[in-house]
Amino acid sequence: MTTTQDQVTTSAQRPVHVALLGNPNTGKSTLFNRLTGIHQRVGNYPGVTVEKKLGTVGINGKPVTFIDLPGTYSLAAESADEKVVLDVLNGLVEGIPKPDIAVCVVDATNVKRNLFLASQVAESGIPMVIALNMTDEAKKQGFWVDAAKLSLHTGVPVVNMVASKSQGLRDLKAAIENVSKNKQKMVTVEWPNTVHDATQILKDELNSFATTQVTDLELRRMLFDEDTILTDRFNCSEDIFNTALEKARGHMVGAELHPSSAEAVLQYAHIDTLIDGVIEKVSESKRTITQKVDFFLTNRFLGLIFFLLIMFVVFQSIYTWAGPAMDLIESLTGLVAEPVAGLLEATPTLQSLVVDGIIAGIGSVVVFLPQILILFFFISLLEDSGYMARAAFLMDKLFSWCGLNGRCFVPMLSSYACAIPGIIGTRTIADPKARIATIFVAPLMSCSARLPVYVLLISAFIEPYYGPTVAALTMLAMHLVGLMIALPIAFIVNRIILKTKAQPFVMEMPPYRRPQLRDVIWRMWHRGKSFLKDAGTIIFAMSIIIWAMLYFPHGEHVAQETTKSFITQVASDQNITKEQVIAQLEAEDSELADRLDRRISAAYVEQSIMGRIGKTVQPIFAPAGYDWKITVGILSSFPAREVIIATLGIIYELGDEVDEESDSLKDSLKASTWQHGERKGEPVFTPLTAIGLMVFFALCAQCGATIAVAAREATTKLAIIMFFYMTILAWIGAVAVYQIGSLFV
Amino acid sequence: MVQLNQMLRGQTGRIIKIDSKKKSISRLAAMGFVPGTDVKVVGVAPLGDPIIVEVGTNQVSLRRDDASALAVERD
Repeated sequence: MTTTQDQVTTSAQRPVHVALLGNPNTGKSTLFNRLTGIHQRVGNYPGVTVEKKLGTVGINGKPVTFIDLPGTYSLAAESADEKVVLDVLNGLVEGIPKPDIAVCVVDATNVKRNLFLASQVAESGIPMVIALNMTDEAKKQGFWVDAAKLSLHTGVPVVNMVASKSQGLRDLKAAIENVSKNKQKMVTVEWPNTVHDATQILKDELNSFATTQVTDLELRRMLFDEDTILTDRFNCSEDIFNTALEKARGHMVGAELHPSSAEAVLQYAHIDTLIDGVIEKVSESKRTITQKVDFFLTNRFLGLIFFLLIMFVVFQSIYTWAGPAMDLIESLTGLVAEPVAGLLEATPTLQSLVVDGIIAGIGSVVVFLPQILILFFFISLLEDSGYMARAAFLMDKLFSWCGLNGRCFVPMLSSYACAIPGIIGTRTIADPKARIATIFVAPLMSCSARLPVYVLLISAFIEPYYGPTVAALTMLAMHLVGLMIALPIAFIVNRIILKTKAQPFVMEMPPYRRPQLRDVIWRMWHRGKSFLKDAGTIIFAMSIIIWAMLYFPHGEHVAQETTKSFITQVASDQNITKEQVIAQLEAEDSELADRLDRRISAAYVEQSIMGRIGKTVQPIFAPAGYDWKITVGILSSFPAREVIIATLGIIYELGDEVDEESDSLKDSLKASTWQHGERKGEPVFTPLTAIGLMVFFALCAQCGATIAVAAREATTKLAIIMFFYMTILAWIGAVAVYQIGSLFV
Repeated sequence: MVQLNQMLRGQTGRIIKIDSKKKSISRLAAMGFVPGTDVKVVGVAPLGDPIIVEVGTNQVSLRRDDASALAVERD
């Protein structure tokens, strides 16, 4: 027994690595939380948005590192989630050694299907423990799973547990210790010779290209999976790979074993032998609560009404209820900014950097937190209770035609409040292509930051001329235009550009369960934290850059020249001497001095890098009927669209304290006229310009935070494409409204 | 023998064949849709698609198009 002793001592030096695997909805993450508590490290696997969760705890004085792998039904390596599971099992993820033990979480109410994954994992040769979870629910449903017999048939320890109630944790830990010593492995399926031969064919054809030691398990995955993403295992062209694959699959088809169904048929036959006599009926199975509830909740009429009700609450919560928390953050930012501004009075550039750049930048990140936390509170509740799958089922048909699916509904709806939580919420979409497409179109939903722009323009240019009904209809139209464009864009992206074939939408309807508040809060917290860390830094950096563009060069002469021309102008307007004007300016609480300050602010914006760019690119916006002032307003609102109101306030010499209700701002917009060119003297704003500008705002990617989050959740490339397609779309929309409208007005 | 997508709500049967040419059958198969398994249509979405099928002890939602890969012998 000296060897065993030695192994124990070596393994005591580094933690035993235990991979937690299981189907979705088996309570795997709950088990992970119960096992590791606060000792968790959460991150992402390199290059993908699959969450990496590790936690190291001591079991009987020996360190054990648990790896919570994403929930999957199969090892089929077709999605990023599944590939991560396979990569970890093969020890291919940097920083995570090949697991010493696999703990397969098996839902006791659903043993047969859950063992499918376990049986696939068994082929990795990693010693295993089966955690038979939710045994209490199985009992309620009238049957009992004989753990001892299952252990006998599978050859590995089987532990009865109720993870949500922390039952069976000690037994599980003991089983892990036992397996780390004795290395029990689960009995694997016996593949017929045809499969072995086909695997050999693949190996012979591709071995010379192998980038790593390719296991038989991986080769079989390539053989069985329709869209394998394991192509990174070989350094060869797609053609060579596909030819080899076709040859191997052809061998199977020749023997009447179809590659895409053979595995399931053979595995389930194997599992039938494993569970023979294991599941015992102890009482007559009655209609479960889930079935009773589903009778109403998936009903064509009642189900829909309930669905709308729930969605209304979710939407209201982010659209309205997050308001007070966001206001609080904004006023806190103000509270911090004020004394700091006082301290830095002597150094105006530093003052502006700290107050308008840094503090405002931090505020612009943190302000999204309430919506993200609230949305994830509801998403966790909906997911954990099992309702999310029902909601997706009810809505699927609306989305399936354009390559999306029912799971896209909640993220899209959330995007109507704010695209940031919406995009982060796409993590609930299992199909990676549908997820990417949803991220791509989510910012087209009319978010709450667009509302002030609509309110300002509608109340200034639509309501006075066309009445409240048309005003309300315009508001509605602005909220629909994004959606009307988003779904066709998803269709074009999926079917024409990516040429994605219709993806299957097969989704388990998990039993209804009471969500555990602990897990819900845990998820909210992690989501918020990762937003601050990942996207927050990018958003912050962008705020600083935009601040600099609006501030510099900030030459002293601008203030001097503006003051000079202001004094001259006031003197000639009021027919007084310049000295009298100066005296008025120096008086306390001088209204004239305020006017001068506002004019200097406006002059600085005009002279800033942003102002100069605005004047330079104005011709691009001329076809939409915009002068340089609107152009600068648009440019300055690329980091955050609502900024246009404050920018217009500054440009129109009203100061930055205006809001969408300000009559002074509305009057200035109405009074604004062209100063040069053939339209000199005509008003810049007409109802047509206003509608065009609203369409522009409805479609444009004017939100740095959204771009940053999209880059984090998808890829930087996608974020860049998103920025350009939306901006171009917005320009086309605004120009089309103005040019086509001009033909009729 | 009918295709699963043609069954009405409440009808039961047993899978006898998988159409191996259809896309996505490996997903269906992994979820337990293999020959010999009992199925029952338990729900239909408001717009007629997808449907909810009870397979073994599971309830699974799938689109009619995906369901057409499964040949069922009705009880």
